[in-house]
Amino acid sequence: MTRKIKYFEALREAQYQCMEADKDVYIMGLGVPDPKGIFGTTTGMQEKFGADRVMDIPLAENTMTGVAIGSALKGMRPILTHQRVDFALLSMEQIINQAAKWHYMFHGLHKIPMVIRMIIGRGWGQGPQHSQSLQSLFAHIPGLKVIMPTTAYDAKGLLISAIEDDNPVISLEYRWLYGISDSVPEEMYRVPIGKARVLEEGKDITIVATSYMTLESLRAREMLQERGVNAEVIDLRTLRPMDTETIINSVKKTGRLVVADTGHKMFGVSAEVLAVVLENTFERLLNKPSRVALPDYPAPTSPALCDDYYPRAGHIAAAALEQLGKAVDDKLFALPTDRRLDQPDSKFEGPF
Amino acid sequence: MSHKKEVTVKLYSIMNRIRTVEEKIAELYPEQEMRCPVHLCIGQEAAEAGSCAALNDDDYVISGHRSHGHYLAKGGDLKAMLAEIYGKETGCAGGKGGSMHLIDLNVGFIGAAPIVGSTIPIGVGVAFASKLKKENRVMMIFLGDGVAEAGVFHESLNLAQLWNLPVIFVCENNLYSVYSPMHVRQPDTRRIVDLAAAHGMDSHYADGNDVEVVYQLTSDAVKKCRNGQGPVFIEFSTYRWREHCGPNFDNDIGYRTEDEYQVWRKRDPVALFRSKLINDYKFDESEIVKIEHDFKDQVNDAVKFAKESPFPDSSNAELHIYA
Repeated sequence: MTRKIKYFEALREAQYQCMEADKDVYIMGLGVPDPKGIFGTTTGMQEKFGADRVMDIPLAENTMTGVAIGSALKGMRPILTHQRVDFALLSMEQIINQAAKWHYMFHGLHKIPMVIRMIIGRGWGQGPQHSQSLQSLFAHIPGLKVIMPTTAYDAKGLLISAIEDDNPVISLEYRWLYGISDSVPEEMYRVPIGKARVLEEGKDITIVATSYMTLESLRAREMLQERGVNAEVIDLRTLRPMDTETIINSVKKTGRLVVADTGHKMFGVSAEVLAVVLENTFERLLNKPSRVALPDYPAPTSPALCDDYYPRAGHIAAAALEQLGKAVDDKLFALPTDRRLDQPDSKFEGPF
Repeated sequence: MSHKKEVTVKLYSIMNRIRTVEEKIAELYPEQEMRCPVHLCIGQEAAEAGSCAALNDDDYVISGHRSHGHYLAKGGDLKAMLAEIYGKETGCAGGKGGSMHLIDLNVGFIGAAPIVGSTIPIGVGVAFASKLKKENRVMMIFLGDGVAEAGVFHESLNLAQLWNLPVIFVCENNLYSVYSPMHVRQPDTRRIVDLAAAHGMDSHYADGNDVEVVYQLTSDAVKKCRNGQGPVFIEFSTYRWREHCGPNFDNDIGYRTEDEYQVWRKRDPVALFRSKLINDYKFDESEIVKIEHDFKDQVNDAVKFAKESPFPDSSNAELHIYA
C-alpha cells in the first residue's frame, strides 16, 4: 500500500525494513540512538533492534569508518551515519584508500558492503562547515557508489538498494528534503543504483539536476512552460555509476542542456555532465550548455549573504531562456512572499 | 616430540623462514624484476614469529607496509607471496597489490595496506564482527612506532578498550619512521606502551628480539582475549637492519650509525635463538641445518614459480572495481 510520508521517514523505514530482513545489517553513528535520531531517521531503532545493532559511537569518524570496513569484511552490512558531510571529511582516508580499494587491490577476495549516510546542504544558517555539498569528492573515486535521492520514494528505494549492495555506497541526503512528502509504498522495494529518472518530459531543453536542485528545476520548468518553453527534467539520482545514456539520449532529443547541481560549479558534477554531453553528442547541441551551481567560495552563514549564494529556479529558467534566445524577465527572480530565501518553506525553523 | 620442543622448533622455523625469504628478496631485488617497493623486516623476526606462533590457524592478522614477516609467520602461501611481488597472475592479489598488499584468507591473514595506521581500525572492525558472531577468534594487529603519532591509533585503542574486543596490538618499535628517529617524533618523557596504558588497556613492554619472551607474552594475551577479557597492547623493542624500503644497508647515509647497527646486529634474533637451541636445549645442529636446508629449497622453488608464472592479462586491470 502506498501513502504519503516524509523523506526522513522514508529513510527510516528503509533502514528498519533492511534490519528486519537481514540480521547482518547494523547502524552506527554519532547520535544515532539519541532523542533526535539523526533528524528522525533512526529514532526508535535501538528500542526495536537493541544496542548491539543500533549504536552510538565515539567521536572518531576515521576509525569508525575503518571499523565498519572491518565488519563488512566479515559479512556484516554496516550503515554508518554522519549528521553532516563536513564531519565525514575526517574519515576520507578510510573511505578513499580503504573502502574504495579493498575489493580491487585484493583481486576480488574481499567485499565491502557498507553504506555511509551523510547529510548535505543548507539547514538553518549552518554556514561554511555545516552545509557543504561535497558529492564530487566522492563521485571522483572508482570503487565507491554515490547516491543522491531527491524524493521520499527514491530515498527509500535507493537506500534499500544501497544496503543490499556489495560495495561501499555513499548516500548524500540534502537537509532541506527531509520534510518533503511523497507517495511511498509500505513494502520493501528497490530503486536501482545507477539509473537517472526523467521526471518530466520535454522537447526544447534538457535540465539535468541533482538532489534539491531537482525541485528547483521542476519549478523552473513551470516558469519556462509559462514562457512557451517545454523543458525535460532529469533527476540524476546516482552520481556514480552515472546514467550517461539517459542524459545523452535526452540531449540528442532537445539539443540543449542546463545542469543544476547543489555543489560548487568548479570541478563539480555539472562539469562532469557537461563533459559527458560534449564528448558524446557535441554535434547535436544547438547552443553552448550552461551550469547552475554554487559559486567559487565557501558557504556563508548570514541570510543576507546566502540569498545570492544559492541559485534557485529563476536562475535555471534564465539559463534555459538564454540558450533559446528568449528574453529573461525580472519576474523569474521574484522573491517568495511566504518565506525567507533561507528556508525551504515557511514552516522550516531552527536551530538545525 | 615434547610440546616444549615442538614450540621451540616452530619458533625457529618461522624465524628462519622469514629471514631466508627476506635475504632472498634482497639478493634478487637488484635484478629489477620485482617492480614494486619492498620493506624488508630482517632483524625483526622474533617479534613477528613469536607473536604469530601464539595464534591459532583461524585467528586473524592484519598488517601494514612491512608485512612480509607477518604474512609468513601466519603461514601465508610463499609462492603466492613471491608471485605477487613479481607482479604475476598467480600472486596472492593477482598482481594488483604487490609487496604492500599481501593477503591469504586461508590462514586468516586479512590483508596488509601501507597507509600507516589505516589497518588498525579495520582489524578492530573484524574483531568486533567476529565477537558479535561469537567465533572466539583473536585479531592480532601489527603496527610500528610511527603509528603512535597518528590519531587513528588512539581512536582505535579507545574503541577496542571501550568495546572490550579480542584484539592484540603488537607494536614493533624499530626506532625509525623511514629516516626519522624517535626523538624528532615523540617526547622521551613517555614510552609508546604508556599511551596504551593511558587508554586503560592491559599493556606490556618487552625485548622484541627474544622470541621466547615474545611468544610467552603473546600467548598470555591470546588467552586473555579468548576469555573475553579484552584487548592487550604489547610494545616490542627491535631494529630493522636494512633500509626503510629496498634491499640495501644504509648505515652510511647519515641518519643512523654503523655503531648503533652493530649493537643490534649482535642481538640478531635468529642467531641468538639458534645458539640457544644448540647450547641450552641441546639440539643436534644437524636437525637445525636440515630445517634451514629444506626451507631454502622451498624458497628457491617459490622464486622459480614466481619468475615462470605469467603476467596477468592487461585487461585484468579493470577487474574487481565493483563487487
